[in-house]
Amino acid sequence: MSTHDRGSTRENDVLDVAQPAPVPPPRRWVGRRVPVALLIPAALGLAFLVLPMAGLLIRAPWSTLPQRLAAPGVLTALRLSLLTATVATIVCVVLGVPLAWVLARVDFPGRRVVRALVTVPLVLPPVVGGVALLLVFGRRGLVGRWLDETFGITLPFTTTGVVIAEAFVAMPFLVIAVEGALRGADERYEEAAATLGAGRWTTFRRVTLPLVAPGVAAGAVLCWARALGEFGATITFAGNFPGRTQTMPLAVYLALEKDLESAIVLSLILLAVSVTILASLRDRWINTP
Amino acid sequence: MRRGWARTALAALAAVTALVGVSGCGTDGSPQTTASSAGVTGAVTVFAASSLTDSFTQIGKDFEVANPGTHVTFNFAGSSALAQQINQGAPADVFASASPATMKQVTDAGNGDGDSMTFVKNQLVIAVPKGNPDRVVGLADLAKPGVKVALCAEQVPCGAAAKKALDAAGVALTPVTLEQDVRAALSKVKLGEVDAALVYRTDARSAAADVEGVEFPESAQAINDYLVIVLKEAPNKAAAQAFVAYVLSQRGRSVLTQAGFQAP
Amino acid sequence: MDQHAVTPVLDARVVVDRGGFRLDVGLRIGAGEVVALLGPNGAGKTTAVRALAGLIALTDGHIAIGGRRFDDPRTVTFVPPDQRPIGVVFQDYLLFPHLTALDNVAFGPRCHGASRPAAHETAARWLARAGMADLARRKPRQLSGGQAQRVALARALAVDPALLLLDEPLAALDARTRLDTRAQLHRHLTDHEGATLIVTHDPLDALVLADRLVIIEDGRVVQEGDAATITARPRTDYVARLVGLNLYRGRGTGHTVTLADGFVITAADTTDGDAFVAFSPAAVALHLDLPSGSPRNTWPATVAGVQRHGDNLRVQLSGPIGAAADITPAAAAQLRLEPGQLVWAAVKATETRAYPA
Repeated sequence: MSTHDRGSTRENDVLDVAQPAPVPPPRRWVGRRVPVALLIPAALGLAFLVLPMAGLLIRAPWSTLPQRLAAPGVLTALRLSLLTATVATIVCVVLGVPLAWVLARVDFPGRRVVRALVTVPLVLPPVVGGVALLLVFGRRGLVGRWLDETFGITLPFTTTGVVIAEAFVAMPFLVIAVEGALRGADERYEEAAATLGAGRWTTFRRVTLPLVAPGVAAGAVLCWARALGEFGATITFAGNFPGRTQTMPLAVYLALEKDLESAIVLSLILLAVSVTILASLRDRWINTP
Repeated sequence: MRRGWARTALAALAAVTALVGVSGCGTDGSPQTTASSAGVTGAVTVFAASSLTDSFTQIGKDFEVANPGTHVTFNFAGSSALAQQINQGAPADVFASASPATMKQVTDAGNGDGDSMTFVKNQLVIAVPKGNPDRVVGLADLAKPGVKVALCAEQVPCGAAAKKALDAAGVALTPVTLEQDVRAALSKVKLGEVDAALVYRTDARSAAADVEGVEFPESAQAINDYLVIVLKEAPNKAAAQAFVAYVLSQRGRSVLTQAGFQAP
Repeated sequence: MDQHAVTPVLDARVVVDRGGFRLDVGLRIGAGEVVALLGPNGAGKTTAVRALAGLIALTDGHIAIGGRRFDDPRTVTFVPPDQRPIGVVFQDYLLFPHLTALDNVAFGPRCHGASRPAAHETAARWLARAGMADLARRKPRQLSGGQAQRVALARALAVDPALLLLDEPLAALDARTRLDTRAQLHRHLTDHEGATLIVTHDPLDALVLADRLVIIEDGRVVQEGDAATITARPRTDYVARLVGLNLYRGRGTGHTVTLADGFVITAADTTDGDAFVAFSPAAVALHLDLPSGSPRNTWPATVAGVQRHGDNLRVQLSGPIGAAADITPAAAAQLRLEPGQLVWAAVKATETRAYPA
């Protein structure tokens, strides 16, 4: 009985060493773990999204592809699309991140209404968005008239107009993504920064922004993709002119009027470029650490 | 267990493929076709060039009154877009195009029933805002610097005609936009975004409140023939033929002439 | 404490109304002094620290550091945290995850206007003092708990704060690390020239690190003083439990103190009026039969529970008064110590302490 009071576990140590090391369990097939109830809808969802693209690939005029690719206007439209989508995304980030910050961090009256208004371009049919932009920024528009008279600047039918139309439809994606990221961020780090002497702007720049950078990146990617594919607002507000306002989606639509094969080729180009760019974005840039 | 899972997945994929295989192109949902025995009844779907919007809508109403039990639905768009949709299998009874070229797209694909008929002609005018603030009198005025012009894209009949007219006049014109149908070009004038557009006489007339049409001589060299045809796969062939006959009849013609179309 | 008779660095009366809870504590801390704010959970300690830091606004009272008022509701004065001469070590350290240890420590000096190289130099110096020089380039997630704590302290000290606030600085550490870290922390705090306030629920932290203790319960200060005073004369159950004493309150007349239910304790000291009487658990002797010689304080008690307490056993007694008694295993062997066992408890008058309430 007294040996128990010794408190030493040396006896136990000896016992442990006598046992052999345990054998690691055999590797199990990962697929077994996924419940069938989830796997089937997932497969259906994937098929739903992928089959139309497969259709494009199958019906593509592979034999005449080289000539079609070299046709004039194809590269121009592609270059214009990539340029305007990127510039539109930059505009969205510069304006949208501060907007998201205000919505997430500042409690002001009517915040809910403002947040709903920000999402309006999401529910508005893009053509309607284009008409609305004309009414404001058109030559006779609320702001456009002043721009024309004071600076001689007109926005419709210009590449700038394309950027504006694309930014209009794509900004809600960025604002919503960034607002979500800011809400999920730990505000205590901002408190710590304040106690170390950082004012609100310094805190935003050196603490908040780096912490939500993956969220901002993810939002920017969504924004860019949406801007690239925009059609209705672009054609209504900026019109259609090769080299200046004819983006790939517009070129596809017009090619459709001529012959289906051209439209398919243009669509494939756009698809290939988009998928390449999106797939090359590394996971860790757009996922929270 | 594993086999059953694979089978279910394959079945699901097959179902999805079948669903995707059935292509549905944009049509207005036409109600169920009732059996058309003696007398014309049922739904008629008409694909027509956008420049026929006002006149054909009126003809449709008149046709329904003359043939009670019928219901006419329209799909107005650029002729080339409509031709594409028909060739892709869109369910339509009648096709009315704004140019022989676009009608040819349909007949060459074997989708027409019988021969197409020219039923009207249309001529271009220059649409300018009411009051003609820029004093436009001819095509040459459109090429002046600072004048913003909207044209239809070449693929659309209106655009092809515009090109012919401009070439005939020897005017080199750089438009600010190439719209995909003539009504879109017209609306740009109505909104005041452009100073002028080349549209059909009928379109300018339909927007008489905001827009006035300026005639120009070269338009005579680029007259568009409008053709109409019953489609081979028409769900309601009897009614389709009756509609085409109505368009070609005295009543139909008077509506069209009033809108500004010319007799063929 | 003569050196603190001069204007204290921190002069505050922190009054915060929060829902149904009201915090009202007065704090005065001199230069170089370390005060521990001790209390049970929910007492309001963290609220006090947040108010001093400027993360919460006062409802009433004032906060003055170095003679300047930073929060005074009566004159509608409120200075935000970034303009207060403070340094805070948070319970979870809150090291910026995207910055290295060096950048974390350099953050404060840079915000105060130092150039990048100067800030890095200051940071390197502080990290070296904390023994973390070779871990300067590590990110917080690559640091152990103890290492993170040292970086957090270095970060707070790097801005040379007039008032250093530590919120449960050792709570997140395991027992072993806590021992080492406590010793290091003590060294740093002794060197610090400004005022220091440590918030903790661990009395050992308070006793080792602080010059003075302020004990709060339910938002009020219940006792204040140096460790010796408090240990000798606890004024509430919480404090008594903290220092490990049996504490009772009653009316003192001469050498006796009569408790509310009539129980009388004979004490070595004399008191008059409202009084506390306390004795250590080690002073309680347990007997199966009524002890001969009857020491003054004897009562029949029932064993309510038994726990190990170091090398001894601590017996919880219920009866006319509740008490804890420490007995040796040898003594325990003679008694049967099951719950419900009837015993006689005896405490010599000389082992009690009585003092005015």
